[in-house]
Amino acid sequence: MPTVSLTINGKKVVADVEGRTLLVQLLREGQRLTGTHVGCDTSQCGACVVHVNGKAVKSCTMLALQADDSEVETIESIANEGELHPMQAAFKEHHGLQCGFCTPGMVMAAIDMVNRIPNLDEETVRHELEGNFCRCTGYHNIVQAILAGSKAMQS
Amino acid sequence: MYDFAYHRPDNLDDAANILKINPEATVLAGGMTLIPTLKLRLANPSDVVDLSAIDSLNVLSVAGEKVSVGAMTTHSDVSTSKELMETIPGLSRLAKGIGDPHVRHRGTIGGSVANNDPAADYPAAVLALNASVNTISRTINADEFFTGQFATVLEEHEIITSIDFPIPRRSAYEKFSNPASRYAIVGVMVADTEAGVRVAVTGAGPSVFRVAKMEEALSNDFSADAIAGITLSADDLNSDIHASSEYRAHLVSVMAMRAVNSALTQ
Repeated sequence: MPTVSLTINGKKVVADVEGRTLLVQLLREGQRLTGTHVGCDTSQCGACVVHVNGKAVKSCTMLALQADDSEVETIESIANEGELHPMQAAFKEHHGLQCGFCTPGMVMAAIDMVNRIPNLDEETVRHELEGNFCRCTGYHNIVQAILAGSKAMQS
Repeated sequence: MYDFAYHRPDNLDDAANILKINPEATVLAGGMTLIPTLKLRLANPSDVVDLSAIDSLNVLSVAGEKVSVGAMTTHSDVSTSKELMETIPGLSRLAKGIGDPHVRHRGTIGGSVANNDPAADYPAAVLALNASVNTISRTINADEFFTGQFATVLEEHEIITSIDFPIPRRSAYEKFSNPASRYAIVGVMVADTEAGVRVAVTGAGPSVFRVAKMEEALSNDFSADAIAGITLSADDLNSDIHASSEYRAHLVSVMAMRAVNSALTQ
């Protein structure tokens, strides 16, 4: 069985996987990092978004072996000793979630968005969310949360 | 997903060798089409050869009158390349409209062009900009490259290494995208090139195609008005739940005029 060696949330991980093992399976089933969700399983909904080498990707559409030698960050890594990440805090403050299923992917996508685009406006946020589906909120509060989280991350 | 042996060679020779000794092997670029296909068990390769460790495939460079884009360059890297924004802004903008940000971080130009999905964006750019597709064994002109739905002249296991785009005087791409997948229901790339004006349409037919009548009109007068009366027959166009062939024919004219206007304002 092939071995994958990577860093997950700052921790070195070496794991036996199959060729067909998806990154999201390695995270959820292998590492018990169940914050990363599987929504559609067809590369569309974005519930599985994690960062690989600092870039947001859909972990249901990447083989675990493709992440060999990579740095992977999941939703579990972003809070700092119990203190919410500014983007998480903004989602809480602005009620950017209802059922919460899409939220881990939303937050990871939002942080990636801020990393790439320093001065976000509402229209840009709405376009940038094309790869993340929410079936509860109608997006309005998610957009407000990301705009506020963006400001908080840069202050 | 059926299981397979995974390989990540760091040079083209090794990749070609693995493919040669494993006739049922397949090439993995960004995986944005292949992995969903594998998950649906629509393909059952014995081996998957990941090209991501071959550094020579991930180079974007401007040399003289052309821009060379390595096959493994991601849509995100194409859309944010400064060199490309200065030389072929129409191509940067096209890349920025593919899929969503996460897909653009993984999907590659080589994968998209090799797959020739009838609704993919890049084939329109390759054809309109009169690009050349370089492979491990030859160079193929855009006019010869695309042969039909999901079909190209690539031999089994022939790896694309880069795509050379001659720098046009001006170009632009406009698409009417499916709101869920962002694939082109109709996309039109218009390019004013050394080889004349070229108009390539994706999404509308079984494979990307050129529109001679529009090219002729635009060569005489590069303005949206010049093609305002030109419409395509719906006979050979795609028809599905998203759009009828008649609607697609109408969209080709609208997107072509928008692309001309967009090229004129760049």
